[in-house]
Order: sequence, then structure tokens, then C-alpha cells
Amino acid sequence: MPDLKTEEMVVQMGPQHPATHGVLRLEITTDGEIVKKIDPHIGYLHRCFEKHCEVLNYHQIIPFVDRCDYLAAMNNEHGYVMAVEKLLDIELPPRVEYIRVIMSELNRIASHLVALGTFGLDIGAITPFLFTFRDREKILDLFEMTSGARLLYNYIWIGGVAFDLPNGFVEKCFEFIDYFLPKLKEYDDLLSYNKIFIARTAKVAIIPPAVAIEWGITGPNLRASGVDWDLRRDEPYSIYDKFDWDVIVADGRVGVLGDSWSRYYVRVLEMEQSANIVKQALEGLPSDENVKSAVPRKVKTKEGSVFFRSENPRGELGFYIISDGSDIPHRLKMRSPAFCNLSAISDIGEGLLISDLVALLGSIDIVLGEIDR
Amino acid sequence: MLGEYLPLFFLGVIVFGLIAVMLFLVRLLQPKRRSETDLEPYESGTTPTSFARTRFSVKFFIIAIIFIIFDIEVVFMYPWAVVFKELLNIGTFIFIEMLTFLGILVVGLIYVWKMGALEWD
Amino acid sequence: MLTDIAIIITKIMIVIGGTFTAVAYLILAERKVAGFVQERYGPNRVGIWGLLQPIADGVKTMLKEDITPAKANRIIYHLAPAMVLAPALVTFAVVPFGSGIDAFGRHIAFQIADINIGILFIFAITSIGVYGVVLGGWSSNNKYSLLGGVRSSAQMISYELALGLSVVGILLLTGSLRLNDIVEAQIGMWNVFRQPVAFMIFLVAVFAETNRLPFDLAESEQELIAGYHIEYSGFKYSMFMLGEYSNIITASALIVTLFFGGWTVPFIDVTKLGHLGAFLSVVSFAVKTGFFLFLYLWVRWTLPRFRYDQLMHLGWKILLPLALLNLLFTAAWITYV
Repeated sequence: MPDLKTEEMVVQMGPQHPATHGVLRLEITTDGEIVKKIDPHIGYLHRCFEKHCEVLNYHQIIPFVDRCDYLAAMNNEHGYVMAVEKLLDIELPPRVEYIRVIMSELNRIASHLVALGTFGLDIGAITPFLFTFRDREKILDLFEMTSGARLLYNYIWIGGVAFDLPNGFVEKCFEFIDYFLPKLKEYDDLLSYNKIFIARTAKVAIIPPAVAIEWGITGPNLRASGVDWDLRRDEPYSIYDKFDWDVIVADGRVGVLGDSWSRYYVRVLEMEQSANIVKQALEGLPSDENVKSAVPRKVKTKEGSVFFRSENPRGELGFYIISDGSDIPHRLKMRSPAFCNLSAISDIGEGLLISDLVALLGSIDIVLGEIDR
Repeated sequence: MLGEYLPLFFLGVIVFGLIAVMLFLVRLLQPKRRSETDLEPYESGTTPTSFARTRFSVKFFIIAIIFIIFDIEVVFMYPWAVVFKELLNIGTFIFIEMLTFLGILVVGLIYVWKMGALEWD
Repeated sequence: MLTDIAIIITKIMIVIGGTFTAVAYLILAERKVAGFVQERYGPNRVGIWGLLQPIADGVKTMLKEDITPAKANRIIYHLAPAMVLAPALVTFAVVPFGSGIDAFGRHIAFQIADINIGILFIFAITSIGVYGVVLGGWSSNNKYSLLGGVRSSAQMISYELALGLSVVGILLLTGSLRLNDIVEAQIGMWNVFRQPVAFMIFLVAVFAETNRLPFDLAESEQELIAGYHIEYSGFKYSMFMLGEYSNIITASALIVTLFFGGWTVPFIDVTKLGHLGAFLSVVSFAVKTGFFLFLYLWVRWTLPRFRYDQLMHLGWKILLPLALLNLLFTAAWITYV
């Protein structure tokens, strides 16, 4: 009898695949259903963001920053304008800072809601997705009320925000927080502590802390590996040091540290903290001030460079800007958190089943707009 | 005896006839605008890199073979179960007999379990 | 003789027509239940409450282009959907859906064929459906469908033993494979109270048998896009769907027949009530089956999906020993108590 050997099969996962959350292509070599090798191919959404920035003035870049991480546009704007403000040395009115924090944290909740819903969808639970989107709609309503847009806001400007909060926003926002906090229990009941969900995600695709740091993984994914690191606390920017909140670090309560379930659950708990921050910010919101008083008519920069990083829902979002003194950046480099998080996938994903690979991909919560830029 | 199966025969004929008629109708109704790319297998939007019918590694091959053995033994239990109550009038022999049979089956199950045949890789 | 044949043909027509209608509205019900669970409306544009949606869907799939991939194995590719649909339609034949009436000078049972190997017939025929899935997946010349087909066979070897063994307990109690006997033996006491463990095993196994969440591994959208039927379009695709949903109906009917007294009505002896009794028995059967159909939909929109080695673990290491124990216990109970 001749020696019959089984062959490895190359399967293209993406760009058109329900689990790749966009247009990522994973070229995976499988033996049976066990993944032997993963080659991620990116760039399907590449739109020359960084090069494009070299012909736009600082104000005009903001809408393009929105379009990088389109699920957390407020956080992106916040990070970018803070980088420019650092370059310009602008003093901000306190009301602006409060509005920005409220918007950023609301958007963090919205972004995490998408992450949870789509992760559930990847595991095969369809209903949580609809539930998270139901709640996300309410946040988008708030954004629409404030900025007129539901996805890409162009709201946070250099030195200020585009509009002051509309009448009734504060009450509506309080209403939302009161509505939202009990809903977290619903997610726990429906998905987080579901036996099958735990079987599918706990102890699956583990990223040990050392590996996470090596690959430059940041944000909830890093905290899921047990590393206690959050820029909002450890390198406080804006007015985060004024609020009383906790950095969520996973404890591996149903599996081990750094598994898919931890990555999922860190986000659930983080939403609660974000809601608390929003609540405190609303309570401490300074009364009327001109929110555009510090907006420079024309951005006049000094020659030099600046790097600023902030905590995006997906991790550390960094902006490195080299200025030649004109109102157009000489070079703008964006440190994209999702890109760094994704880069670990070929290392972590080896030896997993295809189903687990989907769980891994869903749990690190990538946004292709930001990876491809 | 065969009369019992007559309806099944009719049912089979009708079902297959129905499917054939439906497929024929669909053939008449469907639009035909085929292009080369239509006929390519779908591989997430890229051009397929290789033929799909490779010698594929089936990790649960051993389990599949064990399954066949066990499945046949399950079939043996059906006639036993049907006549169980009748033969119980004669004595508990039928119960002891099946106990032995089941015992052997369970020993087999424990054996394959402990040998790790039910695990993958 | 001619009357007999006419009665048989009529019964077949009623069952097939009924199955098709039920399948069409089960799909609508699924989308409505999904809407209900997910706090949205579900289809409501075609007809009042979306009631004409199934017809619109049917016409649509009929008019869609039917594509055969270039390197597909043509014969098997065309045969596979029929191999799924035909067994699904045939299995219902042995399920009694009512007590029967006396007309034309004879007793007409509400069942197409009252054969003495009822349960075996169902298991034998439903197993053919798996071949349709595996071959459909293999013949498409698509890697995802191949994986789906392989998963389907993996699934089959996981649940089939437990499925077969869980029923043996009932056979011990009834002493017959004929489904009508099993139903009549449950007058007064449903099998679910006599065999609760067997019922749980059977329920899980039958969910796996019908390829439904949490066991829809062969299809698993987020992993294999559409699994075994990824290349199928138009009417062949809807044949897979029709097959899947008629399997669900048969499975629900089977659960009711084996464990919930089939067409019997609690506390009422319908066989003595003539035509009214026959009507009541059909209603009773339909209501019970409807509940399990709802359970199917409910579970689908609630639970996530298993991984296929976990299903194998569940089938071999939990359900199989449990079913063996249950069998042993039942036999000992009958012998010594």
C-alpha cells in the first residue's frame, strides 16, 4: 500500500468573509481544520491618509482622522487635536475639556458595544448584536443632537469644539446612563456567562502578558492579558485625573488571563467605567462659556515635532507630527492601535482551529479603516 | 405484509416526481447570463489559489471507525428492546444477556476513551 | 382497492401540501420570532403582517439564476439538494398526526404508512440527508463547502449513537417500533415523565440532527461563510432550505410522538368521540408540535454555536454514557420492579 499523505490546504479568509470585520484577507494554511500558518494581507481600504495629511492644513485633517477608526471617531479627533494643541500650546476653556471627555467616553461605549455585538456574532449568537446596536443607537442620537452627524462627527476642533451642547443634552445623557447601566446585566445574562459562549471563548487563543507587550498590543486587549496599563490614568491627559474611576484589568475568572473571554469581558466592564466617567463629567460640567474662544483662526506652528498618545477604545492612538512652521504638517504619522493588535494574530493564531481563529479575530476588535489608513 | 409499504412506494414516486417537475420548471424560468467569473468557486472574493479536492486530513477518522462499530451494536439493541417484555415472562435471562452485551460495549468504550482515541490530534 | 389507493394518494397530497405550507410559514415564523426576540419587526411589507412573504420568496428563488461551478462534479452537485429534500419529505410518512376517522366503510388512520418498523424507518431515511450535505459540500469544488461537508459528517458521528440509544428506553417500555403503538401506550402517562433523561438526550441529539443552532456547524456563517451550500444558488439553494425546515417539522413531530403523547389529548379519550375526537387529536398534535417548532426558533436566536470538537466531546463523553446508563436503568427497572 502506498504511503498516503494528507495535504495542507490554503484557504483565503477574506476580503469578503463575515468574520474579518471588513476587508482583511487572511491567507491561512490548514491541516484539516487546524491552522498552520496565517498570512494577513491588509491594504484593501488604504486611502493614503498620512500622505494626504501633508497637503491639508491642521483643521482640514480632522474629518480624515474621523474616517480612520470610524467606530470611535470622537476618540480619534480628541487624540489628534490634543497632539496639535500640544504643538501649539493652547490653553483650553474647562467646559471644552468636559465636553470632549463626555463625547470620548460615550464613543468608547458605542465602540465597545459594536465590539461585543460582532464578537457574539462571530461565536454564533445573533441576538446580542441587535441588542448592542439598539443601545448604540441611543448614543448616536446624542451625537446627532450635538454634532449633526451619526458616524463621522468633525466635532472636536483644535482649541475647542464645533458647537456647544444643545439644550436638553445633559438631561438626555443622564437618562441614557440610567438606561444603559442595567443593560449591562442583560448582556451578562444573554452572552457573557452563557455556557456555550464560555466553552467557545475561555482558554482560547491566549495572549500571555509578555507576548502582548512584545507585540505592542494595547488597550483592552493588553488589560485582558493582565497588564495594568491605561493612558488615561498612567499618563493623564485632558481632565481624566479629576474623575474617580477604575482601570479594568482581567482576572481570568472563567478561563485564564489573556483568553478571548477576558478580552471580551474587559470591554463589558470598561463600558461601566466609561458610563461613570460620563456621569461625573456631566455633574461637574462648568456653566456656559464660549466653546470656540480658543480656536485659532489660522494655525501658526513653530518648527519642530510632537508626539502625543491617547487611549482609544482599541488601544493607544499616537500622533507624531513634524511641523515646518507652516499651517500644513510636514509629516504626520499615526500609531494605529488596531494595526499593532492585529499583527500578533499570525503568532497567536498558529495551531488554532478555524473556529478559534474566528474567536481570536473577533475578540481583538479590529477596524480595518484604521489598519489600512 | 407488503401492503403496509405500498403508501411509501407511492410517496417516493410522488416526491421524486415533484422534485423533478420543480427542477424542470426552474430550468425553464431561470435567467441565463453566465460569465466566466460566475462559474468560479467562491473563495471570499479572491481568485481560488488551488483545487479544493485535495487529500484532506480528517482528524476524527478513528472516531468515525469506532462510530461504525458502536452504531451496529446499537442496532442490535432494537430487536432486543422490542421483545424484552415478552421474553421477561420466561425469565430474567434476557436481561442478564443484554447486561453482558452492554458490559462488553461499555468496556470497549472505556478502552477507547482511556487510549485517547476520542481526543483529537 | 381503488378507494384505498385514492385514500392513500389523498393522504400523501395532504401531508406534502401541509409540509410545504408549514415550511413556508415556518420560515416566516422564524423571521417573525427573530424580530420579536431582537426587538424589531421582522418582515411586514408583503401582505398584512408579512403573510405573503413566503410566496414572494418562493417565486424569487424560482426565478434566480442557477449556477454550477466550473469544476464541480456535475452529477453529484445536481443530486445533492434532492438527496436532502426527498428524505426530509418522506420521513413524515410514518408519523401519526391524528387518531383517524371511520369513513367509506373503513378506518382511515391519520398517517401515510403504519409500518411496524416506524422508528427505524425514520432513522434510516434521515441518515440519507447527511449524504446530501456531505456530497453537496464535496462536489462544489469549494474549500469552504468541503470543510462544511466534513464537519457535517463529524457531527453525524457525534450525535447519532446517543440519538439511537435514547429511543431504546422507550422501546423497552412499549415493546414495539410502530409509532402508533408508542402513542397509544402513552395514553394516561406521557413518556417524558417515564424517560426524562432519554428525552433530554433525544432533544439535544435531534437539534444536532437538524443542523440547527447551537449545532449548525456545517453551515456556520461566521466561519465557513455558508458551509456546504455556499455554491448553490436559486432553487437548489432553496431545496436545501426546504429540506432543513421540513426536517425541523419532522423532528418536532417525532419529539411529540415519542415523548409527549403524540395525538393523544390529556384526560380525554379521543378515540371514543368520533369525528370530533379525530379533530381534537389533530389539534392536540399540531399544538404540541408547534411548541417544539417555537423551541427550535427560540434556541436559535438565543444560543451561540458549539465548536465541532466540543460537539464530539458532548456526544461521546456525555450523551453516550448517559444514554447507556439510562438504558441499563430502564431495563433493570422493568425486570425487577
